[in-house]
Amino acid sequence: MSRTDLRAGAMAILPMLIGVIPFGLVAGVTPVANGLGAGAAVGFSTVVFAGASQLAAIDVLSNGGAAIVAALAALTINLRMLLYSASIAPYLSRETFGRRMVVAYLMTDQAYAVSINDWAGESTDDRRPATLQRRFSYYVGAGLTLWTTWQASTVAGALLGRSVPDSVPLDFAVPLVFLVLLIPTLSHLHAVVAAAVGGIVTVIALELGVGPLAVMIGALVGVAAGAVVDTTDPVERASLR
Amino acid sequence: MSATWTAILLAGAGTFAMRASFLAAAHRLAAVPPWVQRLLRQIPPAALASLVVPALVRPDGQLSFAQPRLAAGVLAALVAWRTRNVALTLVVGLAALVVAEALGWT
Repeated sequence: MSRTDLRAGAMAILPMLIGVIPFGLVAGVTPVANGLGAGAAVGFSTVVFAGASQLAAIDVLSNGGAAIVAALAALTINLRMLLYSASIAPYLSRETFGRRMVVAYLMTDQAYAVSINDWAGESTDDRRPATLQRRFSYYVGAGLTLWTTWQASTVAGALLGRSVPDSVPLDFAVPLVFLVLLIPTLSHLHAVVAAAVGGIVTVIALELGVGPLAVMIGALVGVAAGAVVDTTDPVERASLR
Repeated sequence: MSATWTAILLAGAGTFAMRASFLAAAHRLAAVPPWVQRLLRQIPPAALASLVVPALVRPDGQLSFAQPRLAAGVLAALVAWRTRNVALTLVVGLAALVVAEALGWT
């Protein structure tokens, strides 16, 4: 592990914690407010460690739904992790299995996106030990910072038993963080197409009543649309990473 | 075991399996074919936009363009684009929403 790169990853994710802390407080408050107990709050945050899906599962459980229904609600929301795993795997293919499983456990939208932004432009064929070391350290620096913040804010929410005041719309910080992560990815025409199609298809799917599956459907259609444009974009071909 | 803990363990195991999926098999990826790379390159913009756009255009679960979250989001996108500054983007986006709502725009 390289201390410089650990710190670089942590610094990259640090400002995003403005969006993570209120979300973590809600993840701590909600199970307690619904009678599931503080233990469940900590259980969800450590074992599942994926905010929106935790809240979906808690919602099912507090309405008397079965465990399997709650778990399926959570897993539907987390399907995009399959995409992140596929996207990041080529960069870490020469890492040990143990380290790859650490990367898997720490995977979040934010840790994934800051890392893939940092590695953008690097060849996945670059497998020099120093490169691998730097990638892993950067990812862990980002991932562990977010993990620690998530756990601390969950516990704080569960203990305090109340959420941040409604007058400050801090829930809006979550999509703003995703927006900040999205903008630098839009450096090529194919990426703009992937994003535009992905966003529009997700909205259409939601309007059609698809529910949380809409994000995965939109993302997959966006990926396909971007790839189609990518093959016919000579500029991108010339600068193949 | 309570339904809550059954749900936690099922959701946790399934989520970890999805996070680990391709990473677990990564050592078999000797070289990623160009057409796969072409698909993988689209994942960050497509996935992030799928999360962002609905939050901006249907914040209350209904498609709506004349509301402050879309306006604040567009402003924040401009700040993110021009400055690449995460903290500034969050502050401007949140402040724009607070001001718009204080002025009675909902």
